[in-house]
Amino acid sequence: MSEPAVADTRRLNSKPQDLTDAYGPPSNFLEIDVYDPQIVGVGRNRYTTYEVRMKTNLPIFKLKDSCVRRRYSDFEWLKNELERDSKIVVPPLPGKALKRQLPFRGDEGLFEESFLEERRAGLEQFINRIAGHPLAQNERCLHMFLQEESIDRNYIPGKRKPSAAPASCTFISTSRHNAGGNVRAVSTL
Amino acid sequence: MSFFGFGQSADIDIVLNDAETRKKAEHKSEDGRKDKYFLFFDGETVSGKLNVTLKYPGKRLEHNGIKIEFIGQIELYYDRGNHHEFVSLVKDLARPGELTQSQTYDFEFTHVEKPYESYTGQNVKLRYFLRATVSRRLSDISKELDIVVHTLSTYPELNSSIKMEVGIEDCLHIEFEYNKSKYHLKDVIVGKIYFLLVRIKIKHMEIDIIKRETTGTGPNVYHENDTVAKYEIMDGAPVRGESIPIRLFLAGYEITPTMRDINKKFSVRYYLNLVLIDEEERRYFKQQEITLWRKGDIVRKSMSHQAISAAQRFEGSSNPEKSQSKNAEDDS
Repeated sequence: MSEPAVADTRRLNSKPQDLTDAYGPPSNFLEIDVYDPQIVGVGRNRYTTYEVRMKTNLPIFKLKDSCVRRRYSDFEWLKNELERDSKIVVPPLPGKALKRQLPFRGDEGLFEESFLEERRAGLEQFINRIAGHPLAQNERCLHMFLQEESIDRNYIPGKRKPSAAPASCTFISTSRHNAGGNVRAVSTL
Repeated sequence: MSFFGFGQSADIDIVLNDAETRKKAEHKSEDGRKDKYFLFFDGETVSGKLNVTLKYPGKRLEHNGIKIEFIGQIELYYDRGNHHEFVSLVKDLARPGELTQSQTYDFEFTHVEKPYESYTGQNVKLRYFLRATVSRRLSDISKELDIVVHTLSTYPELNSSIKMEVGIEDCLHIEFEYNKSKYHLKDVIVGKIYFLLVRIKIKHMEIDIIKRETTGTGPNVYHENDTVAKYEIMDGAPVRGESIPIRLFLAGYEITPTMRDINKKFSVRYYLNLVLIDEEERRYFKQQEITLWRKGDIVRKSMSHQAISAAQRFEGSSNPEKSQSKNAEDDS
């Protein structure tokens, strides 16, 4: 076998990309908007709700377009459910702003415009980060939060798919035999 | 006799016969310093002279024997007291007696077996050295000369590519391919990543070379992982059907040949780690072992016949005539 003096660095043969793949819509489209804060209730029992609108083409979400109203404590509930049940590190929520709930403030407290905007942006960032996480997408609580009219706090927590997702973001080989290649059919870490 | 510094003593010095012509190789020491040592291969003869120079001329040096040893040993850092010697040769140079003047002794260790490559790692060290000793009643005089040994291989007869389809269900499917499974230390890894399904938002992709040093046996096994290289191969999000090429030159990195179960004491293995990072800094990775081997350098006409036959001790079959003609071709 005569050996080359210089290594062959030419690219490996690859399939040319299909134009519909190249110019088609991405398969990972996921956009969630948190907007339109509305104050609900009267006097001391007022609270703010936000509209949470989701647009996606990920097959894991039943509705490709959904729109629900949620309040801050709903986001807290979601965070707690995910921290308890899923193995992911849940990103932080914007602050609880307890000080703003005290009386005798000079401003509107919890309903001050600049504060609402800050909180809205924080909630939007939070939900986008969560919803994009493949392990969070498996949790029923996330789907209920995003796509059901109201949150049933007495729901039975669980995974959306009965077959468990991988415990960490490592690949599972789904390989089949390839000419000249190795075969591995076992998940590796 | 030497309590008060009045007794006779001597400086000893080991000099190799081929010190002028023998190549030196760089080797990292335990504290990270890089030094150059004489380079030897399996089967080469180690010969030289031991110079014993008396400190105070005219005075006698009494001794219980002068010897020189050639030692190959493995030292585990967590068990420093025990050195595991896998090569131990000794030549007696002088019987107990006395020296009245400085003296030079010739020694030769003929066609010494050096089965393993010199290695200094995080938990283990394998080294070869000459040790000369002038034995005395109270304190010996000794000197060590370290050498470096490289183990050479030739192009393996079987070197299949690595090709695999991996994925996370409904989330990310890729097919990756590396052109070989065995690479020499100055080789190029040529490969490609083909995206079958991308449902996450990928920010970039890199390939890492990970060195794993394993020491110990049974319940006391230590693994030390070290990322030897990180090489970004894609910046930005891929689209379905896209092929990303890989071309990674190994010569620039600090790597050694793969060592498997050396003297049943340690292993050094290498892995390619393909890492995809999404927009939230989540990492998706696939590790794949590769075998690294050391290719013999181009044989120069001036190289000793000894070294040529040593360089022909190959893994896998190789016809000595054929490899000599190959070397002659390369030597332009």
